[in-house]
Amino acid sequence: MTEIVNHPASPPPIRPRMGLWAWARANLFSTWYNTALTLLFAYIGWLVIPGLVQWALMDASLGGDAAACRAAGGACWSFIAEKWRFILFGTFPEDQQWRPTLAMLATIATLVISADRRTWGRPLLFIWGGGLGFAACMMFGGVLGMDYVPTSLWGGLPLTLALSVVGLSASFPLGVLLALGRTSDLPVMRGLSVVYIELVRGVPLISILFMASVMLPLFLPQDVPIDKLLRALIGITLFSAAYVAEVVRGGLQAIPRGQVEASKALGLGYWQRQRLIILPQALALVIPPLVNSFIAIFKDTSLVIIIGLLDLLSTAKSALTDPAWRGFYKEAYLFVGVIYFLFCYALSRYSRHLETVLGQGRKR
Amino acid sequence: MQLSDKTVNKPGAPRARHLTLSLNNPTIRAILWQIGLGLVVILAGWYLAGNTMANLARLSIASGFGFLDRESGVQIGESLIATGPRDSYGDIFIVGLLNTLKVSGVGIVLATILGVLLGMARLSSNWLVARFAATYVEAVRNVPLLLQLFIWYALLTEGLPGPRQAEPLIPGVDIFLSNRGLKFPAPADDPVWAWVAVLFAVGVLATLAISAWNRKRQLSTGQRLPMTPIGLGLILGLPLAFLALSGGGAMDVPVLQGFNFRGGMTLSPEFAALLFGLTLYTAAFIGEIVRSGILAVPKGQTEAATALGLSRSTAMRLVILPQALRVIIPPTTSQFLNLTKNSSLAVAIGYPDFVAVANTAINQTGQAVEGVLSIMIVYLVISLALSAFMNWYNRRVALVER
Repeated sequence: MTEIVNHPASPPPIRPRMGLWAWARANLFSTWYNTALTLLFAYIGWLVIPGLVQWALMDASLGGDAAACRAAGGACWSFIAEKWRFILFGTFPEDQQWRPTLAMLATIATLVISADRRTWGRPLLFIWGGGLGFAACMMFGGVLGMDYVPTSLWGGLPLTLALSVVGLSASFPLGVLLALGRTSDLPVMRGLSVVYIELVRGVPLISILFMASVMLPLFLPQDVPIDKLLRALIGITLFSAAYVAEVVRGGLQAIPRGQVEASKALGLGYWQRQRLIILPQALALVIPPLVNSFIAIFKDTSLVIIIGLLDLLSTAKSALTDPAWRGFYKEAYLFVGVIYFLFCYALSRYSRHLETVLGQGRKR
Repeated sequence: MQLSDKTVNKPGAPRARHLTLSLNNPTIRAILWQIGLGLVVILAGWYLAGNTMANLARLSIASGFGFLDRESGVQIGESLIATGPRDSYGDIFIVGLLNTLKVSGVGIVLATILGVLLGMARLSSNWLVARFAATYVEAVRNVPLLLQLFIWYALLTEGLPGPRQAEPLIPGVDIFLSNRGLKFPAPADDPVWAWVAVLFAVGVLATLAISAWNRKRQLSTGQRLPMTPIGLGLILGLPLAFLALSGGGAMDVPVLQGFNFRGGMTLSPEFAALLFGLTLYTAAFIGEIVRSGILAVPKGQTEAATALGLSRSTAMRLVILPQALRVIIPPTTSQFLNLTKNSSLAVAIGYPDFVAVANTAINQTGQAVEGVLSIMIVYLVISLALSAFMNWYNRRVALVER
């Protein structure tokens, strides 16, 4: 018998340390056209960056009024200093704005906690229920001595977060059902799911939002009032359910047929089979694309401005209509743009990270 | 326990003909489930339709598409065909549809060109170029398109001087950039321009014919004419040479009159903002698709091409890109569809696309159901047509396997 020798893992190959000059030779000036490109881009950077720094920092004003801003000629951060409360919270009563702050922190904490893979599974339901329940209490009030704040006063970032998080949570079960329907053997289920998914994916979100805002009241009996936020939520949910369904279908189709056959052989019924065998595997596969769907929903909520809701983008836009502060659109859009970017970039980095981590076991 | 023979199919045995009428029979259950779901959907539809009818009657809103023939009283600011306030709703719907097609068509072409450039730039061996492209892609993909449209629109209106303060972009040439858009000279009504157009068409046809002949010649002899200079010479050189010889045609030049320019052609700020926004946003996504498509081609293909003595650009054109295209086309198709659907954001910056026009019609007539239905039908038809075309193209470049 041969003896099993435990070889120590060989050390990684030593990379030659490159000097700055050698690195530049290799990465910037390797050929004549690379040199030309480098010079061109360096020139563009030299044209743009100093001007940008001058505008954003040197000539910027903070703390003065609009006239001082115009005199300084640079970025008017005083505008943001003046309006940040309105842009972030909209028309929520000003002395109560700690409530949406807490609600947002709870929502973000829920998202951060559920990013940890150890919480995946049943605890996640409680975490989401608790986090979003707390956030809803904070936003609505009416309990614990807090004043009731109707949704018509909500605005800004809390509204954007509410639309996207609730939209995703509500569209997820609907999307799973649609995906199961589309992969089902029953022609009626399959037909209805296919028609719904393709219909919704073929039209722009705006048309669904129009439908939710102008047609929904027509669909319901006269005495059923339905507030604007709920209409937008229904529209966003119905829209993203179709996209979630396609993502989940990708996961369902990646599960080998043997799994279905084995669970049938064990005598499991359809729902038991889906709940215990198929969905746990399929959903784990599609978490990274689901995070991408969430990014898409988060960005798409900005469209509610068109049906008159005051989300983060529309608060920035209405802050600009203040006659005292006309024309500082660059600062306002930069401010909300950075907020959107931080959320979406963090989520997309997380999705990419998950893809590598989850792909580890499947990689050959 | 004994299993009934009727419900169990022995392998090879003919299927049991008659069904056991029991709720435990999977076939019966499936049929019942389907009937149940069908009934639920029909009843829900019935209920919603009934409510809608009642509400419409209560609000005394007409129904049906009769309003399409009525006069709209709407003057659309931007149109490919002649319009006026006497136009019917049907006419302005067509104007809106043409505007949607115009911005999506131009946007798709520009986004594809920019996207391919971005994808190649991200893979560039030049560190600065690759970093620049990566920063661009991350910045653009993670900010809502609507915000980008607002920024472009604000830059192109508030950020620019009024027509009276506008200076020519290039001294001596009548091109003006003001908050009313870009005004530039356009060919006036002059037979010279018709000849230029004819020569341009002749150039395109001749180039196509020569390149077909060239391909045949290369297959039989291995010799190949340089097509780029020949094509450019025919398509651009022919009309330009004619223009130079004939001494140029008459131009319609923009002239400041009162508070705005008259004459010339206009690129309106609404159209430009929408076009820039859609192009730059979609290009970032297409860039990522192109990058992953090129990366999906095995490295051995590049090495083999180099070993055959092909230059980097020839290898890219003849070996890498044709294979990468198979990976690139399906997701790019959905980006094209996204661009078309996103063009509906025009309503937020005042470009009269189909959604904006339909929205006006909804507000004026109150016929929300018909308005929203027309929006949906129009986009569904565009989506289906575009994906049919892209599927055809995809089949053309797909790997032909034996």
